[in-house]
Amino acid sequence: MNYNVDEKGYYGDFGGAFIPEMLYPNVEELRNNYLKIEAEPLFKKEFDTLLKNYVGRPTPLYFAKRLSKRYNTKIYLKREDLCHTGAHKVNNTIGQILVAKRLGKTRIIAETGAGQHGVATATVCALMGIECIVYMGELDIKRQAPNVARMKMLGAEVRPAKSGSKTLKDATNEAIRDWINNPINTHYIIGSVVGPHPYPDMVARFQSVISQEIKWQLQDLEGRDYPDHLIACVGGGSNAAGLYYHYLNDQRVNIIAVEAAGKGIDSGKSAATSALGKEGIIHGSKTLLMQTSDGQITEPYSISAGLDYPGVGPMHANLFRSKRAEFISIPDQEAMDWGLTLSQMEGIIPAIETAHAFAALDVRKFGPEEIIVFNCSGRGDKDLDTYIDYFKL
Amino acid sequence: MNRIDQKFRENKKLLSIYFSAGFPNLDDTVPILKKLQTAGVDMVEIGLPFSDPLADGPTIQASSSQAILNGMTTEKLFSQLEGIRKHIKIPLVLMGYFNPMMQYGIEKFCSRCETIGIDGIIIPDLPVDVYHENYKALFDKHGLYNMFLITPQTSEARIKYIDKVSNGFIYMVSSASVTGAKSTFGNTQTEYFKRIATLKLKTPTVIGFGISNQETYKIACDQSRGAIIGSAFIQFLEKEGEEKIGSFIKSIRG
Ligand SMILES: Cc1ncc(COP(=O)(O)O)c(C=O)c1O
Repeated sequence: MNYNVDEKGYYGDFGGAFIPEMLYPNVEELRNNYLKIEAEPLFKKEFDTLLKNYVGRPTPLYFAKRLSKRYNTKIYLKREDLCHTGAHKVNNTIGQILVAKRLGKTRIIAETGAGQHGVATATVCALMGIECIVYMGELDIKRQAPNVARMKMLGAEVRPAKSGSKTLKDATNEAIRDWINNPINTHYIIGSVVGPHPYPDMVARFQSVISQEIKWQLQDLEGRDYPDHLIACVGGGSNAAGLYYHYLNDQRVNIIAVEAAGKGIDSGKSAATSALGKEGIIHGSKTLLMQTSDGQITEPYSISAGLDYPGVGPMHANLFRSKRAEFISIPDQEAMDWGLTLSQMEGIIPAIETAHAFAALDVRKFGPEEIIVFNCSGRGDKDLDTYIDYFKL
Repeated sequence: MNRIDQKFRENKKLLSIYFSAGFPNLDDTVPILKKLQTAGVDMVEIGLPFSDPLADGPTIQASSSQAILNGMTTEKLFSQLEGIRKHIKIPLVLMGYFNPMMQYGIEKFCSRCETIGIDGIIIPDLPVDVYHENYKALFDKHGLYNMFLITPQTSEARIKYIDKVSNGFIYMVSSASVTGAKSTFGNTQTEYFKRIATLKLKTPTVIGFGISNQETYKIACDQSRGAIIGSAFIQFLEKEGEEKIGSFIKSIRG
């Protein structure tokens, strides 16, 4: 089985472009051009140069010695937290801003939950001198004040999404409505491997630099270019897609996806989409999503604002259904404890999203000779208020 | 013959009204339908509420949310509409997003529509090609039309394709925007209406999105077979109540 997207924009049963006719020309323009643009030598050069000199790539593949000893296995961290702006999100926004420029777009819109993607978008817009509007749920604006300030400082306009539940899914709805209202000059930079085709594939390709680097880094460090296990947290699934990308069809590599269980899968306050979701349509994509029996999309919950999305990218829905990946879910408390553990054992304060991934070490056994690569997707600076509250620091 | 085709054979301009089922109150659906028919409305789009209506502006977002809070569901709507054809003779179209229909089961959904006497469906987020590949046979089997949208950005080639595969009518979205009432149309809109009129499509067109008063209704009628009013009607309903539906329709038709 091939786990990449097919020529119709599907991953197995999932994906496609379930969009209103108003969006058809925009999405079609992107679909007709994204592969061509990405293959241009000049585009590649500009993308690679910015990733190197601006984002700070390649990011290190760091052997976590103390952690490896404690769990009696070989643990590597792919240090996406060291990217400019503090998370993997910027790999995608650099790629998409270059696409937008080539399509002649003069206005950028984005959605954001925790604010990481909003900051990464505002950053590349400042870099290119392009107008930037970021939609953010009214509730999230209150929860993530430092990132709102960063976006403003970078020159972006932050527009509150006041509809529905006033969080990430509503910010995404508002961004899509803006795109309907501004079909000609605007490009929508989606922040994860979600949305209508070609977004999931385009975003996965830009994030695939993560596993591309791991291949040669592991070759240097371990004498083989593949690990035994790859582990990432999954919100929409972009950091996970980047980590898995070059290993999707390599059956020697076990893939583990970690979702946020929130207050527990059965608590009614969870974001574990693979466990709780059913097949349906969200934001133009057929995928697994959390919804009522009547098909109304429900509000997810996680202590980490970056994981509380009611759907999951179609690539991941397919990895789940085909059993190519193992899905586990981790409650708030364990993730928070891992925030502290990683800080005190390796000197790395992770984003709360990222901390979820590490809790896989307590759920599952790994052999002493096995090589595990974790995606350390982001740093914890943005989460300090939550950490302070939680641990009474 | 499908009631929609019959209606379009009448030699007149058509006024069609959209409202969110379950708004303002859960059980308003049938009373509103009766009053609309009495007021001389030609066709009704009954909106199936959805939590995340991507193509809708603030008015329909709010009426949808309220309808869901009131307890509206797909099953509830069907049970309200059971037996409706004893009273309502005008064409009835259900308009809703695809996810709730998927969860209900498309086959079951179509079959309920047929039993009740629904004439057609509009699903803004189900693209024409996906419909043709996967669902058209099912809709045909149950005698249901599926109407498609075109916008000022839709290419001429695509309009012709949509025209070829359409039945009932083509829903012409007035401008590049989500739903919502506008008080007037600008030059870009009238030029677009004229451009479509000169294409001589086989399928009749009806203009919707942004129709709110006699002026915009008249412009739409000059350039197509009629108009669909949604947000402006919902705003009126909220402010004035269903007793005055007749006067709203009069104010539009003049
Ligand atoms: C550090 C970090 N990791 C992970 C995520 C989740 O997104 P995704 O699943 O697309 O990687 C976010 C989202 O904000 C994030 O900031």
